[in-house]
Amino acid sequence: MAHFTKATSVKDWFNQRLAVEKVEKVMMSEYWIPKNINFLWAMGMVLVITFAMLLVSGIFLLMYYVPTVDGAFDSVNYTIMREVDFGWLWRHVHGVAASVVFLIIYIHMFTGIYYGSYKKGREMIWISGMLLFVAFSAEAFSGYMLPWGQMSYWAGMVITNLFSGGSLHADGLVEWIRGDYVPAQAFLGRFFMLHVLLIPLAIIGLIALHFGALRIPHVNNQDGEEIDFDVESEKYLAGKKAESKVMRFANDFMAKDLMVVGIFLVFFFYLVFYNYGFAMDPVNFDPADGLKTPAHIYPEWYFLWSYEILRPFNIDLGLVLFAFAQVIFVLLPFLDRSPNSVPANRRGLFGIWFWVMIVNLIVLTAMGKLPPEGIFSTIGLVSAILFVVQWLALPFITKFEKKV
Amino acid sequence: MKNKEPLILGVVVFFTLVTYYLVEPFAHHQMHKHVESEGFEYADIAKFTPTTNVAHGKELVTSNCTACHSINVENMPAPMDAVTSAATYGVNPPDLSNAGVVYDAKYLAAFIANPAKAANVSHKFNDTRPHPMPSYNWMQASEISDMVAYLQSIAVKAKDLTPAMAYENACGRCHAVHYEKWTQLGTKPAFKHEKDGLAYDIKVMEYEDSIKAYMGKLPPDLSMYIRSRNEHFISTLVENPQNHLAGTAMPRVGVSAETMEKVIEHLEDAGDAKRHEREAVGKNVMIYIVIFAIFALLWKKQVWRDLH
Repeated sequence: MAHFTKATSVKDWFNQRLAVEKVEKVMMSEYWIPKNINFLWAMGMVLVITFAMLLVSGIFLLMYYVPTVDGAFDSVNYTIMREVDFGWLWRHVHGVAASVVFLIIYIHMFTGIYYGSYKKGREMIWISGMLLFVAFSAEAFSGYMLPWGQMSYWAGMVITNLFSGGSLHADGLVEWIRGDYVPAQAFLGRFFMLHVLLIPLAIIGLIALHFGALRIPHVNNQDGEEIDFDVESEKYLAGKKAESKVMRFANDFMAKDLMVVGIFLVFFFYLVFYNYGFAMDPVNFDPADGLKTPAHIYPEWYFLWSYEILRPFNIDLGLVLFAFAQVIFVLLPFLDRSPNSVPANRRGLFGIWFWVMIVNLIVLTAMGKLPPEGIFSTIGLVSAILFVVQWLALPFITKFEKKV
Repeated sequence: MKNKEPLILGVVVFFTLVTYYLVEPFAHHQMHKHVESEGFEYADIAKFTPTTNVAHGKELVTSNCTACHSINVENMPAPMDAVTSAATYGVNPPDLSNAGVVYDAKYLAAFIANPAKAANVSHKFNDTRPHPMPSYNWMQASEISDMVAYLQSIAVKAKDLTPAMAYENACGRCHAVHYEKWTQLGTKPAFKHEKDGLAYDIKVMEYEDSIKAYMGKLPPDLSMYIRSRNEHFISTLVENPQNHLAGTAMPRVGVSAETMEKVIEHLEDAGDAKRHEREAVGKNVMIYIVIFAIFALLWKKQVWRDLH
């Protein structure tokens, strides 16, 4: 058994039992971050803050939400929006944060792709990050069911229908997922459970894994430079702060994190109070009605690109390509055959690949919302094919890349 | 080393705004038909010459209208209760106390002359199935004007017409707003005994059955319409339903522009009740968060001074 002495202070008492000083060093003051990074490196902290807001606002909403098909709509739109003090505020914070969190996730993800932060020992950071993306997607979808409006009901109908597998006609699987022939009480009850318990647990676990995966390879930098963290951190600790290529996570980098978070929150609360419409679709303010299909059914903006990969093809090919689009980003570290992990603009063809991918995803996003008619469905078809071709070409483009 | 952060921020903001523009304003513009407001002018209706013979108007209204309509301010009760009226006519004929202020005067005169035509629902009616209110186009235009003058004289002043009154007169006999406890029979009272509440609900259901038969379907509850539609949609729909939904059974109600504003305000009270609080809290939060961002910026500058 360890030897304990009489504590000289409260801090000493905790230190003997929990090694708080050591923990503080490992997590904060001697967690070394390269200096040559830009504000995009603060997106992780922005995501932590946004997730915290989702969690806190969600807890308040959970106190009044009623997960029944007869009570859900009014519990949200009457009880929470009118009766509960500041219920409207928690709901708007929750709804806007659910949409904005995906904007930041996409920025975070494409920062990683641009700077090559998914290779040379950073593969697990990428994979755990993509698992988080999947978990957040499931969380967003299950949450969208809860107000039980028209879009909740019909999006639930369309998405669960995908599990019939097209020509496979696995209707039994669809019924098993819904617990009924159509989305009804069993469906709402289980998506409620997923949204408030199981998926949040998975997200919290994955966040821990994502942070842990960062520890050994360290954070990447904006120049693709390999930094000897031991040598550089010794310089810093010897007082040569300006000379060292690294800095402490706290307070050095955290000060910048907090600055970016501050600016982000100005943008975020502007949306919450003055421009929330994009995150709360008008159609979902009509109560669910299984006998009245809305004229246009579309997912929230962050799912539109993958929805558009499903839509232009016949059901079987569409499903195959949809599945392809869902998993292909996870495999990025293994499809990129280049030895370089430097910013994309120094990687020749890959630089072009990157910008075409971004523009094409935006085109897919736009076409995913527009009605699939005329020129829009042609553009959607071409974009969807381009998306697949780009991924198939990636190993070849990167294999012949010159070492920089 | 050159600072690339402004360029990076520019790229991020650019792609974000392009995506926003495409999925919000552009997509909605493509998906939804845009209907311009006609300014509540009712330009298709012929000119209306106001007259001032209120006494003559009262005589005409009393002898022609009160067989079906109540005028509560003049102590003229309805001949039948609302449920029976709806069963007879399809919908309960409105109380005329405030008709003079709720409706546009020109429209009101045209409606008295030929209800189906003024309401743009001629496609629903014919000789074998006439509009429940007969046309008074056999009257002189001045006689109709006198009736309008009388109705205007008994109505409340425009400034005293509350949003709830405007809604109840213009929309409330077909559309419930259960977030405001409004049923087509009026505001649902608080009942001491559950049995009485259920009896009231049954009366509402009977009334709704009549409207369903009259309109083809039950007109929707409008509690959340200010969010599920929007101000522009609702106001242009009320102005002329045919512009949005050709062939719809919904009549052109003929409200004045001022009444429409009040109807919108009532729908905001129902579906966006906390909008004033949202504006007040929003301003304070924005001030607070800007100050927070400035302090965060200053702290960063202080911490990073030694790092370069």
